[in-house]
Order: sequence, then structure tokens, then C-alpha cells
Amino acid sequence: MQELGFFAILFSAVFTNNILLTNYLGMCSFLGCSREIKTALGLGSAVIFVTAATSVINWLVYAFILVPLDLVYLRFIVFIVVIAAFVQLVEMIIERVSEPLYNALGIFLPLITVNCAILGVSLFMVIREYTFTQAAGYGLGSGAGWALAIVAMAGIRQRLAQRSRIPRGLEGPGIALIIAGTMALAFMGFNGMINLN
Amino acid sequence: MTAIRDWKLFKENLGTQNPVFVQVLGICSTLAVTNVLKNTLVMCLGLIFVTSLSNLSLSLLRAWIPSRIRMMAEVLIIASLVIIVDICLKAYYPEISRQLGPYVGLIITNCIIMGRAEAVALTSPPRTALIDGISSGIGYSYVLLLIACCRELLGTGGIWGARLLGQSWTNWSIMVMAPGGFFVLAVFIWIVKGWIMRPATEKAEA
Repeated sequence: MQELGFFAILFSAVFTNNILLTNYLGMCSFLGCSREIKTALGLGSAVIFVTAATSVINWLVYAFILVPLDLVYLRFIVFIVVIAAFVQLVEMIIERVSEPLYNALGIFLPLITVNCAILGVSLFMVIREYTFTQAAGYGLGSGAGWALAIVAMAGIRQRLAQRSRIPRGLEGPGIALIIAGTMALAFMGFNGMINLN
Repeated sequence: MTAIRDWKLFKENLGTQNPVFVQVLGICSTLAVTNVLKNTLVMCLGLIFVTSLSNLSLSLLRAWIPSRIRMMAEVLIIASLVIIVDICLKAYYPEISRQLGPYVGLIITNCIIMGRAEAVALTSPPRTALIDGISSGIGYSYVLLLIACCRELLGTGGIWGARLLGQSWTNWSIMVMAPGGFFVLAVFIWIVKGWIMRPATEKAEA
């Protein structure tokens, strides 16, 4: 485990251990916001940014505050508070600094607090005992993997909406899940290159 | 009178308003463990515990929670309940706790709990909120338990570790891997929407 470097972890978090397609995390917003590529891109980039930053912050908090004080059992509360506070902070900063960026990302930020993928990354990183650089790579990679999956999904769904006939019972979430399953099958092709466990 | 209304709420959450079928909400944290029935059952019990108690306590506190920070209050209450679940699991079922890994913690971000807290707990009296919490938890759980049964049976040829299908059965190992979960849930939604719920939607459209 220890010998995996930053880039190896980053690569495997995007492809072989995609947080969405192998761990099902972040499904709610994945199904809800994947009808258009533009929305998916906005949400995807917000997730990349927040996951990468919060995984680093949470690693520092865990290693330097929770472990020394023997408060490890409080990690759920601490992580979720860090994530919520960070999202709020980013929202305020973006609102002040850049209006176009706020219009593109701002509306997605509140959604992100309850995105399971973000909390999931922090929890996985603790359980797998990553070092600081590994945690940074894992956070960035997971965010990127999630974004890749949702953008690909939105592309497929846009095409589907234009030209195919879907059985009525499968419209909406049903067909989205089938697409996700097929994508998960395709991503299994990357297995065996590098494996995280 | 209230008993009738409560019963109606209870039935709706299990059937026509079932959060999994209607909105596909909240499957994130649990779908991942549906490849083994035992783990799913533990997760579902944890989820029912958290939804009902978070609904109850938020409903009791609703007069004192300022609406601006209500999300924070919701998350803190939910997270405390999840910590209780996690500690109990670690103490009594360390093996299952190790297998579930981070997924117990992810109950916090389960959309159903937040959704119920927002939609019901902050606007209704404690009794209704508690019933709503329990019933939406159960409504969610039975769907996931069914999914877990299918996946474990097809993927390993048995349920709860006991082999049910004969030796000639070839395991569909894809079923216990990630894509299987997506496919099984999609088929479930298809069956429910296309067959069981169709009379209701057609009536609504007519």
C-alpha cells in the first residue's frame, strides 16, 4: 500500500476504483443532474475542487487534532462540519470575486455538502491509512473520476433523449441506472492495472 | 382520526411514495453493500434507527432551530445518531463493522434522511414525524433487502451464506460486483413503474 505514489493513486481513483461506478457514492446528484452536459460540467468541476480540498483539510484535522486528542470516534461530525464550512466559505469567496464563476458553480455548491462522494473520500482515506500525498492524490482523483462519469453520462443521456425510444417504465432514473451499469462494466476493463483496496 | 391519517402516511411511504422508486433517492450509501444480505440488513436497521430518531428529535426542536442554520442542525443531529450506530456496531459486531467500513458513516449523507428532515420533521408534530421516519426507513429497507436477495442469490448461489441453488448453478459473479447493483435496481424500477404503478399513472393522466 505504502509504495503507491501520488500519481498512481490519482490514476487508479479515476479509472480502476472510480468512486461513483465501483462504490456508488454520489448517486443522488449523479442521477438528478445528468440531463445536460453543461450542468454536469459545472457540478463536476465543483466536486473536483471540493473533494480535493476537503480531503487534504480532513487529513490534516484527523492526523493533528483527532488522533492526538483521542477523539477519533467524532470523525463523522468533524468531517461533515469541515465539508459544510468549506463549501460555505468557497461560496462566499466565489460570490465576491467572480460573478461568472459564481453563476456557473454557485448553484451547485449547496448540493455538494450532502454529496456522499465527498464524505466518502474522507472516510476511505482514513480507513486505508493514506499518507498526506496519497490522500491528496486520492481526493483529486476521486473528484476527477466522479466528474468524468457524470459528464460521460450526461452526453449519453442527451443523445438518448434525441433519438431513441425508451420503454415507459424505464424513462428517467431507470435508463440512467442501466447506462451507469454499462459504464461500470466498461470501467472494469481498467481493472488489474493498479488496484486499491 | 389521527390514527387513520398516520396509517395512510405509513402506507404511502411504503408504496406509492416510496423514496427509492419515485425519486431514486438515498441509494448511495447502501447500494454498495447490497451484494451480501447480512450487511444490507445491518445497514437498513441502522438507517431506520437514524431516520426515525432524527425526525423525532428535529420535530421536537423545530421551534428553537433558526431557519438559516437548519441544515447545520440537521446534519449535526444525524451525525450524532450515526456515531451511536457506529459505536454499537464496533462493540457488538466488529466483523460486520469492518466489512461495512466507511459505509456506516455515509448514512449521514443519505439523501432520504435529510429529505425527510426538511420536508416532514421541521413542519409536523413529533408523532407524525416519528411515524414518517419509521415508515420511510422501512419502505427504503425492503427494496434494498429485495435487491440484496437477488444479487446474493444470483452471484453466489445462496442466501445468508447457505447454498440454495444446486451445484450445477454457475455463479453470475457480475452480480456481486458493481455493475450488477445498477442493473438489478434498474430492473426493479422498471417492474414497479411499468407494471405495478401503471394503473395509477394512467388514471392520473386521463
